[in-house]
Amino acid sequence: MNLYLLLGVNSVALGGLLFLLSSGFSLIFGLMRIPNLTHGSLFMLGAYFGSSIFIWGKLDFWLAALLAALLVALIGGAIERFLLRRLAGNELAQVLVTLGISFMVADLCLMEWTGDPISVPTPEALRGVVRFLGIAFPIYRLAVIVIAVVVAVALWLLLERTRLGAMIRAGVDDPDMARVVGIRVSRLFTLVFCLGAGLAGFGGMIAGPILSVYPGLDGEMLPLALVVVILGGTGSLMGSLLGSFVVAFLYNYGQALLPELAYFVLFLPMVLMLVLRPRGFFGRQAL
Amino acid sequence: MKKTLDRRTLLLGSAAAAGASALPLRAAFSQGAPLKLGLMTIKTGSLAEGGIQMEQGLTAFLKDRNDTLAGRKVELIVADTGGSPAGAKNKVQELVERDGVDVITGPLAAFELLAITDYIAQHKVPTLSLAAAEDMTQRKPNPYFLRASATSAQAMQPLADFAAKDLKLKRVICIAEDFAFGYEQMGGFQRVFEDNGGKVLKKLWAPLGTADLTPYIAQIADCDAVIQGFAGSAPVKFIKQYADAGMKYPVLGGETAADDALMKSFSDEAIGMITAVPYTADLANDANKHFLAAMAKEYNAIAGQYAALLWLNGQIIEAALAKTGGKSDDKDAFIAALRAVTLADSLRGPVKFDHFGNVIGNIYVRRMEKKDGKLVNTTIKTYHDVSQFWTYDEKTFLSQPVYSRDYPPIKS
Repeated sequence: MNLYLLLGVNSVALGGLLFLLSSGFSLIFGLMRIPNLTHGSLFMLGAYFGSSIFIWGKLDFWLAALLAALLVALIGGAIERFLLRRLAGNELAQVLVTLGISFMVADLCLMEWTGDPISVPTPEALRGVVRFLGIAFPIYRLAVIVIAVVVAVALWLLLERTRLGAMIRAGVDDPDMARVVGIRVSRLFTLVFCLGAGLAGFGGMIAGPILSVYPGLDGEMLPLALVVVILGGTGSLMGSLLGSFVVAFLYNYGQALLPELAYFVLFLPMVLMLVLRPRGFFGRQAL
Repeated sequence: MKKTLDRRTLLLGSAAAAGASALPLRAAFSQGAPLKLGLMTIKTGSLAEGGIQMEQGLTAFLKDRNDTLAGRKVELIVADTGGSPAGAKNKVQELVERDGVDVITGPLAAFELLAITDYIAQHKVPTLSLAAAEDMTQRKPNPYFLRASATSAQAMQPLADFAAKDLKLKRVICIAEDFAFGYEQMGGFQRVFEDNGGKVLKKLWAPLGTADLTPYIAQIADCDAVIQGFAGSAPVKFIKQYADAGMKYPVLGGETAADDALMKSFSDEAIGMITAVPYTADLANDANKHFLAAMAKEYNAIAGQYAALLWLNGQIIEAALAKTGGKSDDKDAFIAALRAVTLADSLRGPVKFDHFGNVIGNIYVRRMEKKDGKLVNTTIKTYHDVSQFWTYDEKTFLSQPVYSRDYPPIKS
């Protein structure tokens, strides 16, 4: 019984992290029609930047997370503005560029931060566990859930209640028509890329105290983001939210209950979704 | 000194070699030519941490010896396998056929070693690897192979002895990564622990590269201690997530669980962890002090076992060359000399080899402590001259299957 409860809480916390990672991924996918394969790297970069600022810069954890998000957002913007835009219309080339960059980022991180894992200390106020029904819930993981909810609400307000959000939604639904009515879709691309990258970077730092930071973190997170977006549907906030929690639960319970089939449990729904309902739960268009 | 041969020098070299072999001057020639020492390591990807340390250890050793071993110049050729079997295969061919290396150190990972074992046997290239795959020196031995580190279970068997007899543990749960190194470590632990009256309740296998280990940790309950077999950077993550889940059972681990090079990455949650290892930084002999000083000077780093064992491999090559008078061209004589090496006092204590080419050496049991604000491993017990077969009879040991995911099975 305790096992299931602990797994449940852990699933929700992991779902929160996955949401931070995949909401940006999903928006970029929806708007630009490409899976951004650097997304795992941006997550890892955020974790490296943030932990360096936090541990060696001796700044506050949350400030470090925001600075990391900002830095990664700038990097994401630069990738879009200077590389992807030159390849506008050539989607295969864009995907390959993002793949290439992810390998380069991995090598640069190895050079800068070496292969030693960095263990990010949990912020002072959130250390320890709360005991409930005889099990220990780590406070930090509960905080991650709260953060994810706050970010989800903020993103929802941005997309549904602002002019910018309306333009992004228009771009996702029909970029050509959006251009015709005077929306500068290419500027939206840069903006959404910055936003997505920033969220990934923020997520990376938030994940630091749970996952620690090490080479290869990028490659571990990217497939999870892909599954989330394929299940949830591209370009949809609700989709990434639902997808994140579905994936997190599959991941946790799958590994605990059917360890031999852990990956099977995780990727089978993705395959089925692609075959049976290619636009996912909430996607606006098929992949 | 690093150099990659180009085609022209290779042609010149082989022409010279062909000419030389026709002359009685052969011995003199081979002594004059530098010993080509290949290092197969991993400098990119998630295994790079250990791979980079391997290179540092060997480079520091050669620098310490002024690139000369037993009077013969040594030329180091470093190859990055990228941590894949295919990469290892490519690089070993380059090293042997293009660069013409006399001896290879590395590779790091068992799956790399398994990809090249037939090749090195065919081409008779003495290979000193850290890869721990048991059967390389047991049921499928390779006559050109030498292992100065340990088999997967070599440190786990004494750890189990310590757990049962000194710590008086009765019921434990094992957790490791879902691949051969994990199975073999836990298999060795389980056999010795159960032969000493203990019981392994569960063995949990987490896929290699699992980001969040909590689903596995959550299955730990109602035991005396947890035995973890994680490698690379995973031990740091494991300890953190273990503490986060509110787990309080003592943690024991193998040679990769608290490597001295990882100490700067651990946080206080790891205090108290007990590990059994073939090399420990706190061994207070001259060889180890010399090594640590050299590493601190060159790299300003606390060296772990990857660097230490490569340094040791260099020392073994040096000792073998001293016996052959600097000659390495007769491969069979050279590997025989390598396997006959005994070091009375290396950086890991006395070292000798069994007839499979696997080391017989000390295993150190350590406890992680905080001293002067820093985490360190302190040796609490030394098992002397531990063989890969532990205290079992070799024939009986080999008649049983190799340790695997389901062997020995969990007894209900």
